Amino acid sequence: MHAIYNFVSGPLAWVAFILFFGGILYQLISRAIMAKKKDAFIYEYWSFYHAFRSILHWIFPFASTNSRNRPVLSVVTFIFHICIFVAPIFLFAHITLINEAFNVSWWFLPDGVADIMTLLVIGACIFFLIRRLTQPDVKFLSNAWDYVLLALVAAPFVTGYWAYHQWPGNQLVTILHMLSAEILLAIIPFTKLNHMFLFFFTRGYMGSEFGAVRFARDW
Amino acid sequence: MNDEAAVDKNKIYDEGIEKGAEKLTPEIIQNVYRKMVDAEGGARLKTYVETCVSCGLCSEACHFYLSNDKDPRFSPAGKVKQTMAVLMKKKGRVSVDFMKRASEIASTECNLCKRCAMYCPFGLDVAYVMLFVRRLCHKLGISPQYIQDTAHSHSVTYNQMWVKEDEWVDSLQWQEEEAQEEIEGLRIPIEKEGADFMYSVIGPEPKFRAQLIYQAAVIFNAAGLNWTMPATPGWDNSDMAMYTGDNEIMARTKRLHFETAMRLKVKRIVMGECGHAFRSIYDMGNRALGWRMPPVEVTHSIEFFYELLKAGKIKIAQKYQPTVTIHDPCNVIRGRGLHEMLRYVVHAICENVEEMHPNREHNFCCAAGGGVINCGPPWKMKRVDGNKVKAQQLFDAKSRGAETCVAPCHNCHGGLEDIIHHNEIGMDLKFLGDIIYEVMEKPESVL
Amino acid sequence: MDISNSWDWNAGKKEIAQFGNWPASFDWVEEPYASPDGEKIAAVVKTGEMEFSVCVNGTAWENTFDKVWYLRFAPDGRLTGIVSDTGQWTMAVDGVAWEEQFDYLWDTQFTKDGQTIVCAVQQGMQYLIASNGALWETKFANIGHSAVSLDGSRTAASVQTESFNEGEIFKFQEGCYSVAVDGKVWDRNFINAWRLAFSPDSQKVAAEVRVNLYEYTIAVDGQAWDTTYPIIWEPCFHPSDGSVFAPAKADGGWTMIRDGKPCWNGRYAQVWHQMFSPDGNRLAAIVAPKYGKWTMAIDDTPWSRTFDGFVTDACFSPDSSRVACIGVNDKRYQVCVDGQAWSEGYDMVWAPVFSPDSQHVAAKVEKDGKYTVVVDGQKLKESYTMVWDPVFSPDSQYLLLKALEGSGSDTVYTRTVLPLKDILG
Repeated sequence: MHAIYNFVSGPLAWVAFILFFGGILYQLISRAIMAKKKDAFIYEYWSFYHAFRSILHWIFPFASTNSRNRPVLSVVTFIFHICIFVAPIFLFAHITLINEAFNVSWWFLPDGVADIMTLLVIGACIFFLIRRLTQPDVKFLSNAWDYVLLALVAAPFVTGYWAYHQWPGNQLVTILHMLSAEILLAIIPFTKLNHMFLFFFTRGYMGSEFGAVRFARDW
Repeated sequence: MNDEAAVDKNKIYDEGIEKGAEKLTPEIIQNVYRKMVDAEGGARLKTYVETCVSCGLCSEACHFYLSNDKDPRFSPAGKVKQTMAVLMKKKGRVSVDFMKRASEIASTECNLCKRCAMYCPFGLDVAYVMLFVRRLCHKLGISPQYIQDTAHSHSVTYNQMWVKEDEWVDSLQWQEEEAQEEIEGLRIPIEKEGADFMYSVIGPEPKFRAQLIYQAAVIFNAAGLNWTMPATPGWDNSDMAMYTGDNEIMARTKRLHFETAMRLKVKRIVMGECGHAFRSIYDMGNRALGWRMPPVEVTHSIEFFYELLKAGKIKIAQKYQPTVTIHDPCNVIRGRGLHEMLRYVVHAICENVEEMHPNREHNFCCAAGGGVINCGPPWKMKRVDGNKVKAQQLFDAKSRGAETCVAPCHNCHGGLEDIIHHNEIGMDLKFLGDIIYEVMEKPESVL
Repeated sequence: MDISNSWDWNAGKKEIAQFGNWPASFDWVEEPYASPDGEKIAAVVKTGEMEFSVCVNGTAWENTFDKVWYLRFAPDGRLTGIVSDTGQWTMAVDGVAWEEQFDYLWDTQFTKDGQTIVCAVQQGMQYLIASNGALWETKFANIGHSAVSLDGSRTAASVQTESFNEGEIFKFQEGCYSVAVDGKVWDRNFINAWRLAFSPDSQKVAAEVRVNLYEYTIAVDGQAWDTTYPIIWEPCFHPSDGSVFAPAKADGGWTMIRDGKPCWNGRYAQVWHQMFSPDGNRLAAIVAPKYGKWTMAIDDTPWSRTFDGFVTDACFSPDSSRVACIGVNDKRYQVCVDGQAWSEGYDMVWAPVFSPDSQHVAAKVEKDGKYTVVVDGQKLKESYTMVWDPVFSPDSQYLLLKALEGSGSDTVYTRTVLPLKDILG
């Protein structure tokens, strides 16, 4: 068990982070080159002002019409995305690990808050799952991979919550926690979870076209 | 779900698709697909198709989805899922039946109105993806018959309606003569080099709606403008090749249009009340030729009427009395942000205005645009039934007193006319030019 | 030699006509045209109810017509207009109508010497070409892209050779169009046949053709090149060696093709309007070296100066050493010569012209609704109600300015021969 722990928390973590950051770089650079070759327009019509204007309207809930049309989903999605970023990065336990390894640290969340945020992520994932299963159009659009991805997103939070609360088998679950988080990090750049960084480009480009060329709003 | 798309029970026969598909085999499809994706399928296509998280937030943006009892197959992402997503996943290894259905989806179930791009949080452009599918269908020779015929017309005559060169000039001269009976000395100045602007129209105007040229001539003469119309091909700004994905014929047609304006040494092109033509000359055609923006400035009628009214160049004798509602055409509203100018014009010429809801950039498409009406009679009822939400919008406006719908776009007219007729809404349909002509102060002579 | 040799090149101004008085004599006066030598000004005028004529220097043609349109001076100074009488149409030259009458005619073209007048004709809903009134022997269901050879001896056009109904897309795709030269059709049909070019010796004709929905090439006398392209533009002949050049898209960009093989190394976002220098040694074209950037390339070498809007009206100097064109940036029109744009921009610029000695360039320009002429970047001191394209004297010492001066009923049409040294100082 200890050997596995060391492997998962050591070399595998490195692999995951390399795949994560390397993957993002690869996706951005390869797409930039491909765009230069086949979609040269994108560079021509990109407008930072209009891109940011659009991005801001779509990052915050209720700033776009569609977001106002779906208040529950908007709130859930907003909270989900905040928590999924903030909870892991500002979790005391994570910062402690990093401090031990690299001697750097930063501000952390009170454990109780992080706990609630974790629950919120898990709750949101359940909400998404139910939505995917019950709403006909979403169900139609979904394939098996969509469900797997949802599970992969939820897994680090479920196992993290489990481990933190020292429930039975928490040693194994801690390993699973790290493993699932590593898997998630590694696949983000290579699956539709890449919307984490591509969002800014797709939304930004649409914002540029609508704003700078067509003089219309896109929210 | 089975990626070979389900065959509809009420299958519509389209000779262009069916006969075209007889020549196809899966191998041919795959070859053509690979060549096309290698050459043109870039970062945009890849990102638009692969990044979609199937959240379904685009569904309710689409009038086809809303009007077909929220059938998920009509959701924008659903259309991608049934077409490009499968093609990309299978690298083009699909059956002939799959491509037939893909052609139907891309050409008759999507108006390329881009409303969904305003509802997708990521701003994924389904219209772009559908156009890509249409271009693939063009390359496979399975575009719907009627719109393909129109693309052929563009290739031969540089206009949409097989109007021959003499017929064009003849109809201008005929309209000029007619209008002279009303206003002495009125002219439709043909080939007047150095005029301030070239007025361009779409093929159906000389063919079926010549009164629109007449009305425009009256308005321009009354306002004392220095304008011209060409006597050569290049007069037509319309473009169905853009909508079949025949980008080469689109480029050819647009080149002639702009070079006609350059030859005539006009400072800008003012175009009639057409939406798709605006998209072609403001957005897609110019880009296909390497012009970042239209080389000669392009002004849509909405904006031009706005200028004329604002500057007091046309005066209104008495405003139009029946209550009107406003239909916002996608290609000049989402495509050019003319919605406030449109309202300025409508309020300047009409006494009572009842808005449709939703409106401006959020207005629903007429379901005729994007070349769908140009797919002809076989697809008419699918299109009309596919826009019950528009019928509802019109009914709502009517219940608030609207008797006339103003739609400054030809395709919108065609689509709305069918919707109004089929649903027995009982509403008049007018172009801005119709109303301006009716309510303006007209001189007896311009000599 | 040059037609302009016989013109009056004595320096000075002549008042030719009190154009401003014309509206008093006629119901209406349309936009005027000046003759090449500047000695005449003419306009379509309405002389009575449904009665039109043409007024030249204040005197109307004796003949009147139901309608007159497309009034144009031929290069040799003859004045032509398309006229109709009792529902039939014909060409009137200096007030005298051709004997032949047609159901319709349009698209007037002249040879450089002005001796041949060509137009498209509709007769009984069928189409053909008339050259100085003489008709082809064959008629077609449709016609377009008519062209006349340099010496005026031959005419050609793209014609419809097979009939099909609207909607018959598969019939169309079998090929229903071809090219007719002097009324005789090429052996082969194409999906489309577009812009035509005659060889300088009038013997050969080249056309852009589409061999199926997706493949474009050039056909010369009915024989298509072996190679096809995803898109192609109009062909032109080399001035002496008979080879044919056309811009086309080939492996990744636009380039120049010669007889079916790329002859330029450069790949551009666009290439069109190619033209040979008079000596045949240089080939220039309007190009976009990058998306949205426009300039001229001479023998595959683009100028470094580019324009964001567009480039148009390019021409070579008579000695083949220089190139001039119009470049446009954000509605600002500039003359650009050998890659150097003249500093001042205008609301509109007309095609620049070189002096016969190739030393000077002049162009008609418009700014704020007034017109004038610019020579080598130097504007004339005055601007006018209207000017026509400037003409250099054969010895390149003088410039002919044709202008409308004054306004309203005081408008006068003048012809002025200006010594170049006075303009350039």
